[in-house]
This record gives sequence, C-alpha cells and structure tokens, in this order.
Amino acid sequence: MPETIPADSVGLVSPSTLHVDAPLKLDCGRTLSSYDLVYETYGELNADHSNAVLICHALSGDHHAAGYHTMEDRKPGWWDSAIGPGKAIDTNRFFVVCPNNLGGCKGSSGPNTINPDNGELYGPDFPIVTVPDWVRSQAVLADKLGIKQWAAVIGGSLGGMQALQWAISLPERVRHTVIIAAAPKLSAQNIAFNEVARTAIKSDPDFHDGHYMRFNTLPRQGLGLARMLGHITYLSDEAMGQKFGRELRSGAIQYGYDVEFQIESYLRYQSTSFVERFDANTYLLMTKALDYFDPAKEFDDDLTRTVAHIEAKALVMSFTSDWRFSPMRSREIVNAMLAAGKPVTYAEIEAHQGHDAFLMPIPRYLDIFGTYMRQIATEVTA
Amino acid sequence: MSLRIDQQIISDWIPDGAKVLDLGCGNGALLNHLQQRNITGYGLEIDNSKFADCIRAGISVLQADLDEGLSQFADQSFDFVILSQTLQAIKRPDFLLREIVRVGKKGIIGFPNFGHWQCRMQLALGGRMPVSRALPNAWFETPNIHLCTIQDFEQLCASHKLTVLNHSIVNHEHKDSLGVRLLPNLFGQVAVYLVQQQDNE
Repeated sequence: MPETIPADSVGLVSPSTLHVDAPLKLDCGRTLSSYDLVYETYGELNADHSNAVLICHALSGDHHAAGYHTMEDRKPGWWDSAIGPGKAIDTNRFFVVCPNNLGGCKGSSGPNTINPDNGELYGPDFPIVTVPDWVRSQAVLADKLGIKQWAAVIGGSLGGMQALQWAISLPERVRHTVIIAAAPKLSAQNIAFNEVARTAIKSDPDFHDGHYMRFNTLPRQGLGLARMLGHITYLSDEAMGQKFGRELRSGAIQYGYDVEFQIESYLRYQSTSFVERFDANTYLLMTKALDYFDPAKEFDDDLTRTVAHIEAKALVMSFTSDWRFSPMRSREIVNAMLAAGKPVTYAEIEAHQGHDAFLMPIPRYLDIFGTYMRQIATEVTA
Repeated sequence: MSLRIDQQIISDWIPDGAKVLDLGCGNGALLNHLQQRNITGYGLEIDNSKFADCIRAGISVLQADLDEGLSQFADQSFDFVILSQTLQAIKRPDFLLREIVRVGKKGIIGFPNFGHWQCRMQLALGGRMPVSRALPNAWFETPNIHLCTIQDFEQLCASHKLTVLNHSIVNHEHKDSLGVRLLPNLFGQVAVYLVQQQDNE
C-alpha cells in the first residue's frame, strides 16, 4: 500500500471500457459479434496524435500496467518499473495505452464474461484467439482513440510477439516496434512446457471441461501447478539459487513430505495467490495463442520475407540468463531484419533474473530502453 | 559530434547512398555523420557505455562481439565494411579481415601505426613498451593486444590476396608533412586502408 504516491508514478488510475458492436472475424473461423476491450491510459495525447504508445501484455498480464487503482493497493501495475513520469516510457512525453487482451480475464471479453449472443457465461466456449486477432482488435481501439500510427508498440515475452506482429500486420501504423525477451515462434520445448501446464489444469477434477463456474468451483490445484511450472521457467537457476538457495523454513530437515525448502514455500505461495486472480480458461487460451504464434508461416517459413513488410524501426532486447526465450531467439528476429535491410537496434542485457528480467528495474536495461524512447520522443516532438 | 581524423578520411572515401557496416562503431559519430548523406547501415558495438551514445546518435546499433566474426551477415551484403581503430584489439585480426571482405564489397581498415618513430624510440632507447596518444594504456591493461606497423598490415593484405585500392597515412594533426610522405612507416601515426578481395575486381 502506498502511503503517498511516489513522484515518478502515474498515480491513481482507472480503467476504461470500449464496447465494439462491429463483428470481429477471428483466425479460428469464428466471429465475435460484439466485444469489450478494457484499457488504461497514462499521459496526454498530443495535438497531432503522434505520441501514442501501445503496451502489449504477456501471458498473465492485464491492462493495469502502471500506477495504483486505490491507495489500498499492495502493488502498482505490472510494468510500473518502466512506465511513469521520467521513466523509460516517460508519461510526460508519451500517451500510453494498455489494453487487456481479448480472451483475458480482467474485463475484456473472454471466458469469464457473458456471451452476448445467448446471455450465458462463455467459459470454455470462448473462441481461441491468436496474436493477429489481438492486433486486429487493438487496431479498432486505436481508431477509436484517434491514433493513426503508434509512436511505438512495446511488449515483453508474449507482448513482444504482439509488438512484432503489429509491425508485420499493419506496417504503416507502427513507427517503432520494441520487442523484449521474445521469439519469432515457440520451440518444441516451449510448447511442451505449455502442454504440461494445460494438462495440469484439464486433469483437475474441479475443471469440469472448463465449466467450473457452473459448479461454483475453480480448478485450483491444476491452475496452481501450471503457475508453479511457469514460474520455474521465468526464473534462472542462478536467480533461484540467490533468492532461496537450499534454505529450510524450520532450519532443519524434517524427513517428511511437507514444505521444507524455502523454494517450495515460494512456489506454493505463487500458485495459491495466482488462482485467486486468474482464470483457468484464459490460461489455456493464452498458452494456445503462444503455441500458434508463427508469423513466418504465411511466408513459406521465411522470416526474412516476413519482416520485409515492416516499415517500423525495431529495438530488440534480450537477457543473458533467459532460457525460456533466450538471446538466440531474439537474434533470429534481428538477423531476419538485417537480411531484409531493416533498421534494427539490438541489446543483449547482462542479467541473472531469467525471463522475468524484462519486468525488473535493471539499470542498463532501463537506460537503453529510456534512451531509445527519448530518441523516439524527439522524432514525434513529444 | 566531431569526427576523428581517420573517420574524416573514411567519410571522404564513401559515396552518397552507400550501404555500410561499422565494426566497433564507438559513440556512433561516423554513422551519424554518414546518415546525413543518405548512407545507411549498422554499427556493431560491445561496450555498454558507448551503446546508449549510439542510440542517441540515431543509428541502428547491434551489440555484438567482433571476435565471433560476422556470421549474421550474408556475403557481399554491404558496399563498405569499416573497422576503424579497433583492429589492434581483436583476438584474430586475420580472421576478421577475411570476414570484412566476405561481407563487404570493400573494406576500410584504420589502425594506429606501431612503427611510428616515437614508438620505436620508447622501446629502443627507453627500453619500455610504448605509450602514446593513440595507444594510451600500459602494457598490462591495454585492450590493444595485436599492434602492427604499416608494413605488417600491407603484408597481411598481400598474404590474404587483398588489393589495396587506396590508403592514407597521416599524423594526428593531419598536417601534410614531408616526413609522412617520404617515410610513412616512420612518421605516420594513423593509417587508413581501402581494400578489396582480388576476386572482386
């Protein structure tokens, strides 16, 4: 809980909702007849609407990227380290927009919302949406906000994939794309981890084929397991070792199967707190969107030809200890941009925090990020 | 941003609209200068502190270790590949030189001349490893691990079948001195060479 709002915070914020009555045709073949997008904005749109920045969230993220909803909030938004007055994404210069993705569970149309066609909860019947679907829906939001071209589309992990997809799908609408800790598509190992997470959720007896709400229950065990597994892949061996080591909760081995090591306790805490704030059907959907992401598929698996359409300048960043989407994966994007002769800047950040590093206040990372953003600000006179 | 003397020479050799790769691009001053003449390309830099300078200079910069070569770039994909004041800090200058003429139609290499008379005097008479304006570090802490003279460099080019298309040898003040013209390996402080693989001719 913030006693006072820090000077470099966007302060108290509240989300807005865009209700769209025009149908949205999805990659899976189905159509959403109408849908809601919940989003937050920080900063002011300038007179020529050139200083708008789109933030794309990752698997378990949402529209609340910065600031506080109430003075009672325990923590600020998920990317408060990077968004705020004077921060890397400087809200004194930029108008920052962060929507909750379709299929999410924080207010945008998704499995935990009502299907307007029949008045029932969507649940598992919410169509699987893809990264290109998200771009299409966010373009509708951009139209509504009067933004013809984003000064930058920015994201980490799955959000970075959206930033890449934006630049490919709607090249004229993206001035800069900032792709952090991402990959041009998932590897077999990445998909394998997702499948274990999905299996954990689906095999929970309380899952009820996704209709758990009808039974007034939640697949807590399964979703918790999925989160535990995910969390292991977000951290590095070194980061876990530094934070927990082999530390025991009670100081001595108990020769039993209860929680003994601090890391076990931490994972259990992560899992129980997650199940209260996240929807299992959304988790399934998000992992599928990740698995399906493969923009080069339409271009005979040729990533160079895929990025040849991009008009945006790109900043690509990766973290040395990230093994979920390692620097090698970012370099695939960079090398395709190089082969296509596109302007690209690439930084490999020395960091021990693993994949989660993109959310952390790492000085060199935020320095490069902030310098790049200030450079954009000079272009758009923000 | 002002250009060093070797960078001024390099800038003069590159025609408008060319595509270039600057290896060890430092603060990005050269590429920033070239961009004003519609010369596009990328800088490679490994030094953290210089990287942000490059972004401020508005150039496309990639963090990369030159000792690993240039495998991310296709053959003959640039008009010019530039390596200025960096050759002496490379683990295998011969390997990088081959990479330069593979990736670039032409290569431009600038380096401090270790055959300059002051270097020779410091070693011959002072009995100490030379320290100069171009090479300011003591022997134990210097990143400059592969120093060469103008003659050494020309020999390396010859053994790799590189044609020298142009060269410029100057002192830091860029004064047209008779000494530099008559005995470049003795009086030149900075050498810049424009080279090409012989098959490319």
